[in-house]
Amino acid sequence: MSTPTIDEHSSALDEAEQGTSHLITVTLRIRRFNPEVAAEADWVDYQLPIDPKERVLDALHKVKWEIDGTLTFRRSCAHGVCGSDAMRINGKNRLACKTLIKDINPEKPITVEPIKGLTVLKDLVVDMEPFFQAYRDVMPFLITKGNEPTRERLQSAADRERFDDTTKCILCAACTSSCPVFWNDGQYFGPAAIVNAHRFIFDSRDEGGEQRLEILNDKDGVWRCRTTFNCTDACPRGIEVTKAIQEVKRALITRRF
Amino acid sequence: MQIHKYDTVIVGAGGAGMRAAIEATKRSRTAVLTKLYPTRSHTGAAQGGMAAALANVEEDNWEWHTFDTIKGGDYLVDQDAAEILAKEAIDAVLDLEKMGLPFNRTPEGRIDQRRFGGHTRNHGEAAVRRACYAADRTGHMILQTLYQNCVKEGVEFFNEFYVLDQLITEVDGVKRSAGVVAYELATGEIHVFQAKAVIYASGGTGKFFKVTSNAHTLTGDGQAAVYRRGLPLEDMEFFQFHPTGIWRMGILLTEGARGEGGILRNKDGERFMEKYAPVMKDLASRDVVSRAIYTEIREGRGCGPDGDHVYLDLTHLPPEQLDAKLPDITEFARTYLGIEPYTDPIPIQPTAHYAMGGIPTNVQGEVLSDNTTVVPGLYAAGEVACVSVHGANRLGTNSLLDINVFGRRSGIAAAEYAHANDFVELPENPAALVVEMIERLRDSTGGERVSDIRTELQETMDANVMVFRTEQTIKTAVEKIGELRDRYRNVAIQDKGKRFNTDLLEAVELGNLLDLAEVMAVSALARKESRGGHYREDFPSRDDVNFMRHTMAYREVDANGTESIRLDYKPVVQTRYQPMERKY
Repeated sequence: MSTPTIDEHSSALDEAEQGTSHLITVTLRIRRFNPEVAAEADWVDYQLPIDPKERVLDALHKVKWEIDGTLTFRRSCAHGVCGSDAMRINGKNRLACKTLIKDINPEKPITVEPIKGLTVLKDLVVDMEPFFQAYRDVMPFLITKGNEPTRERLQSAADRERFDDTTKCILCAACTSSCPVFWNDGQYFGPAAIVNAHRFIFDSRDEGGEQRLEILNDKDGVWRCRTTFNCTDACPRGIEVTKAIQEVKRALITRRF
Repeated sequence: MQIHKYDTVIVGAGGAGMRAAIEATKRSRTAVLTKLYPTRSHTGAAQGGMAAALANVEEDNWEWHTFDTIKGGDYLVDQDAAEILAKEAIDAVLDLEKMGLPFNRTPEGRIDQRRFGGHTRNHGEAAVRRACYAADRTGHMILQTLYQNCVKEGVEFFNEFYVLDQLITEVDGVKRSAGVVAYELATGEIHVFQAKAVIYASGGTGKFFKVTSNAHTLTGDGQAAVYRRGLPLEDMEFFQFHPTGIWRMGILLTEGARGEGGILRNKDGERFMEKYAPVMKDLASRDVVSRAIYTEIREGRGCGPDGDHVYLDLTHLPPEQLDAKLPDITEFARTYLGIEPYTDPIPIQPTAHYAMGGIPTNVQGEVLSDNTTVVPGLYAAGEVACVSVHGANRLGTNSLLDINVFGRRSGIAAAEYAHANDFVELPENPAALVVEMIERLRDSTGGERVSDIRTELQETMDANVMVFRTEQTIKTAVEKIGELRDRYRNVAIQDKGKRFNTDLLEAVELGNLLDLAEVMAVSALARKESRGGHYREDFPSRDDVNFMRHTMAYREVDANGTESIRLDYKPVVQTRYQPMERKY
């Protein structure tokens, strides 16, 4: 059994235990929009001192709390599990609370804008309703027939593992709003809804797979996917989104799942 | 102003709110009001598991679970409620499985179970495997599963609606719940929800601490709304500090990490918990472990250049086990600290985690206006409530259990109440208090900033009413909070708009935090003993003669409009367990 002591430290641990890092000055270039004030969106620059180990969310809070209280964004847990703060940072969809300043080239202005394909309501806040509607449309709940057992349903560890990846989804919309097909046609269900359908289609306890597959066989369904992998790159939970979509396509062809 | 009418209104859409909603929607016309989107709620951040004596992997029974809960709560637990919690745990877990929750499985295909702090076989003999889990995202799975079932049942949600006031109408000398007043974030519009029954399920208050595992949005809105209307808050001095938060950030690293074999070490590499809890070691109850960590730090055995933290060591566990059982927390260490938990220990410190106290209820979830009187039509469940199943210190995995057992109970009770009763007339001008609050904040030209006051509040709470407290530190906090409350009257915001005005809502939330911090500190000052999460260095022993009782704090306003806090006490319900010295 290992007994770590001060002398055995890796350089990463030494670095992590440094109380305060040096502060650097960064420029946040934020896409601002407030229809109560102006009809058009505009880029606004904010300069601020920050510890490079802090998160983009910390930088946004510094702007809101110390410079301009009108800056508006959603956030809650601040460590990547609630899915509130998906935004486009330096052109890529990320969670602001999972993106450290030091990891995104802070020498240059850091651009922050709302995720694409959903109507912007104010600053970084978008209308999430179409996104959640697509989710609700795939029947995202366990469907079973017959009498319920008294105890739990049995499921082998292997059967449980089969859909493990897609249970990680936090519905942040980073995937769906990175999809070029979704940008061009908001009717497309989008990756997140398909991920959540996958989570049930491949659950051995579920008996609603056929119904869900029919929903996804629709013209706005799974066949719209052009496998650009944007969704997989964007997912902050590391879900293999494109693979899940491909598995749903295959299930539609073979009707085996 | 819009007026809505529902049989049942639920405030909050975390685990307790949605578990209640599933029951209430089947039985009554129900609306769920949440200041977030349901899936953003902080239930989703819970990691380790949900306790139930399923006995799937070793001998266990609900009586042992009851005892552990009572002992864990340092005998301040109401024993009738703890018995219900432990008994109904089994069905609560099975219900979730039937709703679709993907629990980890045993080789036989049953729900797998693991060890957790304070959960023991046969009244403390050894750790028992009682926590049902889904990797280290059990709370995420519960939140998703409950939301999925709300979609299935067609639950009606009002997302991003902030409930800011509780309406009470006196009928024949009895205070009855008439509904709530909410502020719609998207439009700035005020909505009155007249309801036969109201259930608060709005979560905790952790944001008055600086180092906390709590979300930014956990600002005690429900507790503050009922407290301002003269209803009491119970046991607010009892707050849990979880032993393993990421150093300085407070992000939670589940106790399941120690359940899987993780070890706490000081700068000499010593497994120091052996000294403090010879039997349970790293799996002693959270209050015991948090005090041990700070004792190590105070005595100069802390790690790092400033000696201000200790290590959670997982390096002896096989990487496959970490990947399968603890994928999220190991990822947190990589993301936020840049270290590899396969090979490096993780710097941790205790983090403000959970309010044991809250709105007093009975076991049906009915809210009390004093030690015994029920407020007809008013319910509370989950962290916002105090049943009290957690007493002076909650056991890990008992909160995910609490929200399911008492969420369900309050959902059924509220809907049945709504069925049997008529609407209570709304008070005259029902939105007056909220309109006045919003206008005062929006029109203020004062010179104080929300973030300054909040930061000072968090710093004083961390410094003075955290793991170790004395009369001196608590008095310092009370004085500081009083000063901050005065300054809050001059707080001004920059955003004067109606649309998504989060600047305004942060100011409202700060007002809630200040009120509740004061209740906490005043309650702590009066409790001259040490029990569970409340540790007084000037009174280091438990005092069952004078303090085996719940604190009940009331807001009082005199004829001149001066506010004060009146403390009263409520007896603890004891059934079969006599208080004993607590050892792990």
